Amino acid sequence: MSEHSLQTLLVIIPLLPMAGFIINRFFGRRLGERAVSLIGPGVVGLAFLLSVIVIVSLSLSGEERLVAYVLPWMHVGQFQVDFAYVLDHLSAVMLLVVTGVGFLIHVYSIGYMHGDKSYHVYFSYLNLFVFMMLTLVMAENVLLMFLGWEGVGLCSYLLIGFWFEEWERARAGMKAFVVNRVGDFGFLLGILLLFWTSWELGHPTLSFHSLEEIVTRMSPPVITIICLLLFVGATGKSAQIPLYVWLPDAMAGPTPVSALIHAATMVTAGVYMVARLNFMYSLSPTASLVVAAVGALTAFYAGTMGVVATGIKKVLAYSTISQLGYMFLGVGVGAYVDGMFHLTTHAFFKALLFLGAGSVMHAMADEEDIMKMGGLRKYIPYTYWVFLFGALALAGVPPFAGFFSKDEILLKTFAQGHYVLYAIGLAGAFVTAFYTFRLVFLTFHGEERFDHHKVHPHESPWVMIVPMMILAVLSLIGGAVLGFPHHSLMEGYLEELFRYEVHAEGAPAGLLMLVSTVVALSGIGLAGYVYLLRPELPSRIAERFKGLYSLLWNKYWVDEIYQALFVNGALGLARSLARFDLGVVDFLVNFSARFTVLVSRFSGWFDLKGVDGAVNAIASATEGAGDGVRRVQTGVLQNYLLIFILGVACIVAYKIFFGG
Amino acid sequence: MGSHLLSWMTFLPLAGAVLVLLVPRSRKELMKWVALISTLPSLGISVYLLTQFNFSSSSFQFVEKGLWIPAFNIHYYMGVDGLSMPMVFLTTLLVTICIIASWRIDTGLKGYLALFLMLETGMLGVFEALDFFLFYVFWEVGLFPMYFIIGIWGGPRKEYAAIKFFLYTLFGSVFMLLSMLYMYFTTNPHTFDLTVLMQSAAGYPLRIQMILFAAFYIAFSIKVPVFPFHTWLPDAHVEAPTAGSVILAGILLKMGTYGLLRFNYQLLPDATRAAAYFLAVMGTINIVYGALVAMAQTDFKKLVAYSSISHMGYVLLGIASLTDQGIIGGTMQMFNHGVITAMLFLIVGVIYDRVHHRDLNRFGGLASAMPLYAGITSIAFFAGMGLPGLNGFISEALTFLGAFKIYKILTIISATGVVLTAGYMLWTMERVFLGPLNEAYKGIKEISAREMLCLVPLAVIVVFLGIYPTPLIDLMKATLIAIKGGVLGF
Repeated sequence: MSEHSLQTLLVIIPLLPMAGFIINRFFGRRLGERAVSLIGPGVVGLAFLLSVIVIVSLSLSGEERLVAYVLPWMHVGQFQVDFAYVLDHLSAVMLLVVTGVGFLIHVYSIGYMHGDKSYHVYFSYLNLFVFMMLTLVMAENVLLMFLGWEGVGLCSYLLIGFWFEEWERARAGMKAFVVNRVGDFGFLLGILLLFWTSWELGHPTLSFHSLEEIVTRMSPPVITIICLLLFVGATGKSAQIPLYVWLPDAMAGPTPVSALIHAATMVTAGVYMVARLNFMYSLSPTASLVVAAVGALTAFYAGTMGVVATGIKKVLAYSTISQLGYMFLGVGVGAYVDGMFHLTTHAFFKALLFLGAGSVMHAMADEEDIMKMGGLRKYIPYTYWVFLFGALALAGVPPFAGFFSKDEILLKTFAQGHYVLYAIGLAGAFVTAFYTFRLVFLTFHGEERFDHHKVHPHESPWVMIVPMMILAVLSLIGGAVLGFPHHSLMEGYLEELFRYEVHAEGAPAGLLMLVSTVVALSGIGLAGYVYLLRPELPSRIAERFKGLYSLLWNKYWVDEIYQALFVNGALGLARSLARFDLGVVDFLVNFSARFTVLVSRFSGWFDLKGVDGAVNAIASATEGAGDGVRRVQTGVLQNYLLIFILGVACIVAYKIFFGG
Repeated sequence: MGSHLLSWMTFLPLAGAVLVLLVPRSRKELMKWVALISTLPSLGISVYLLTQFNFSSSSFQFVEKGLWIPAFNIHYYMGVDGLSMPMVFLTTLLVTICIIASWRIDTGLKGYLALFLMLETGMLGVFEALDFFLFYVFWEVGLFPMYFIIGIWGGPRKEYAAIKFFLYTLFGSVFMLLSMLYMYFTTNPHTFDLTVLMQSAAGYPLRIQMILFAAFYIAFSIKVPVFPFHTWLPDAHVEAPTAGSVILAGILLKMGTYGLLRFNYQLLPDATRAAAYFLAVMGTINIVYGALVAMAQTDFKKLVAYSSISHMGYVLLGIASLTDQGIIGGTMQMFNHGVITAMLFLIVGVIYDRVHHRDLNRFGGLASAMPLYAGITSIAFFAGMGLPGLNGFISEALTFLGAFKIYKILTIISATGVVLTAGYMLWTMERVFLGPLNEAYKGIKEISAREMLCLVPLAVIVVFLGIYPTPLIDLMKATLIAIKGGVLGF
């Protein structure tokens, strides 16, 4: 295929879901559920097929990179930013994940959202999300990436609050948006600094490709500041400490949304951004260390909250935050390939787990509390088995996908000499295995704790099962196929892009692999012991370690602290400023008006009537008198004109008589 | 130019006003149609001028000049450049929309329509006049109708608001008048011709320039309005009828920043350089202070009014940077905010017409009952929040970009506005549209076709310029870079 036709195809990929958005949003109601079910998933499926075609064609052509200019966006002075899409190996990986996993989740949604009164709106937003996400990953420059970045945030907001009639869901959407905006504040400043730094070096640009050249000439402290500012944005979008607080609440959205946006794709945008700018992060050991440390800490910290959470989606949300932490640990220590690898496998198994959770909720009449489940294995066997695959992958049990990717990250962390981060990561892995199987056992095993009169668990329709099965297969083999150690497929595909990629020479890979496996299995074992063999234990432990339990149960009171400090702080400031505005600024205005009037009256310099008009008008206004219309028309204005003309006359006279 | 298109565009609405006055008092429908139709030629001409505009020229175009009052060397001198052209277009568009939006006005309809048409003449003249005296006349011609519109068709405290608006602006114009007279008498031969003054005024010593700058600044900063001269605005907005607010926020405020660029920047370059930092500080204060005070409001319209104050801060910050990106971003913000805020005030009007209050704590869940209204509102809100892909982002991003080069700290402080704005905008969305539908509004009517007709064209502009701002950038680029060059002395 010629380069030109490839470029055209590349642009069509994001335009397909865009078209889907427009059609579904504006004509969906008239088209009806069947047509929407065809168009919504259809455009994403087509985008996936087209992606495969373009990516393969590009590889066959021997080119590394394909750029397609769509429109000039902002051209002002030396600031030149275009609407342009880039396909390289990095965006190719994301392209396949977004459209591939995205398609499966769209198909699943047909069953899950069946009968919803805003069915077409749901699919339109989901399509819009895919468009924005594709723009994010294929952006040729940082600012266009920011457009996608904000765009996916918008879709996230719209979909979290999709059932906006309930306050809680509406507020969760708002919380997500505002917290992300805090991150964007940093991201935006990072972009500004990046642009002007490149400008100082004589090559003003925001294009990733040109930046790769220029950053090598930037001074290290500036690089560090830019990297850290951009990372602030990443902590927002990818829910890391300290901005992770929105993600657990985001579970208020429909479950497939959690799977697509809040697990598989959008939340990985921060990781992708760091990988995309690897040439810059690699030049700043400080910034990279911060990324790695925040990642490792988040991986463990979020896991601890997952241990006590009882909402099936909440547990998965904490595990998502935690797994994103591993990805940041990976890219932070310079293992970009492994970060992207874990991003990919995580997209498979976490999307699967969320869809599985959705299937469970579907079976349980929208019940989310795992304390009111138990023994569901025999009612929904397909869901159970796919969920189990996802859980094994998440827990990091070989040969499931998550094992390979997580293990590689820990290996590289160890190999780089970050032993503390390695230990934290390993501890996190234990916690992960524990809470994951706590979830599995409480949901599918043990005694049935639900009310048989109210709930009749039933298996989901095929349109939901089949996508899960495909993801289950990917969760099983995805890791081994893409990333079997020692020059894996993934590494071979991406290594050109990551020139600073670290390697694990000399590290005891086999031993560490064994350690990881043992840790994962013992986590599962402990969960089995506690929740299957000794089901009375959990409450006794909770009783015994009341303080710790309540700390975890209340999520370290971080929401409350943020609320008191930032939300109430901002509101308090806002309210006192509003009082200041009315009580001081406006008071001074009114006061000086009255003062002027008074002075004029006493000094008698001005026409008495004119002043009187003003006084009357102000007085009558304060009294709220009604029939001022006539006075308005006859009073002040004429007198104003009089004063105005007199003033002009005085000046002119002055000038004429005293020179000028 | 022999076609006198600017004059036709400017004075046809005035002729329309006369026609409206001639319609018998009982023929209300006819009156409205006459008013509407008499705004259309101006809109058509401004669109035509856009197509004829020479984008690469920074000088005044479609110029008309004739001696008006020979005794004082006063000319009828009109022309537009890249700074005024976008505002001229926006004025003609918004006035047409305002007439449509006022279709349900009943009391004193005749006067109301005539005043709006007069107002259009005044506003267009302000943006076109190249002779100071002419400018001043148009400035006042624009002031009177708005005073009556607020004072007669306004809310409960209309008189207080109208007088405050009027006296405040008047207070400022006196300063403007004085400095203009000073310039008139100190040039030889005496002239009000701005293009001449632009050449000669730069010759004043810095001290004189600073005094003149301060006087102009007071006049225009009241209009913008810049903190602490802003308190007339919330009052005026709260009391003004919907269309009045649309014009007030959409056009009249922009006269302030237009004045700064046209007079302070073009006449007093040395003082402008000296005062640039001050302008940037004031812009920053407006952005943050306006956003915070907006957050505390419970009156929907007052909230939008304070958001205007905040958003006008971007204009100041941008133009104060004296960079290509900043001055273009700031000036684009004049246009973009004009469109967005017009939408916002129309939106407030839609709901006020239905429930007759604006208390944000008494709505809730309206998105279930009025999905279309909620949809169009969210476009305006997201544009106001500076969401990329919508026009507000373009001007905000360029403003920040330009400002960051010169004023790092101020830009960082201003950028907190990004968070605050998202906060109050989303909170407003939540309080009005989300949650369970308030029982009281069960049977509320969805937005009507006429109301959509007002909002949709603006929404189209919001989206179009967000994705493809190039036409607007190109329209302004040559002029603004020349203005910036003039200030910086090259």
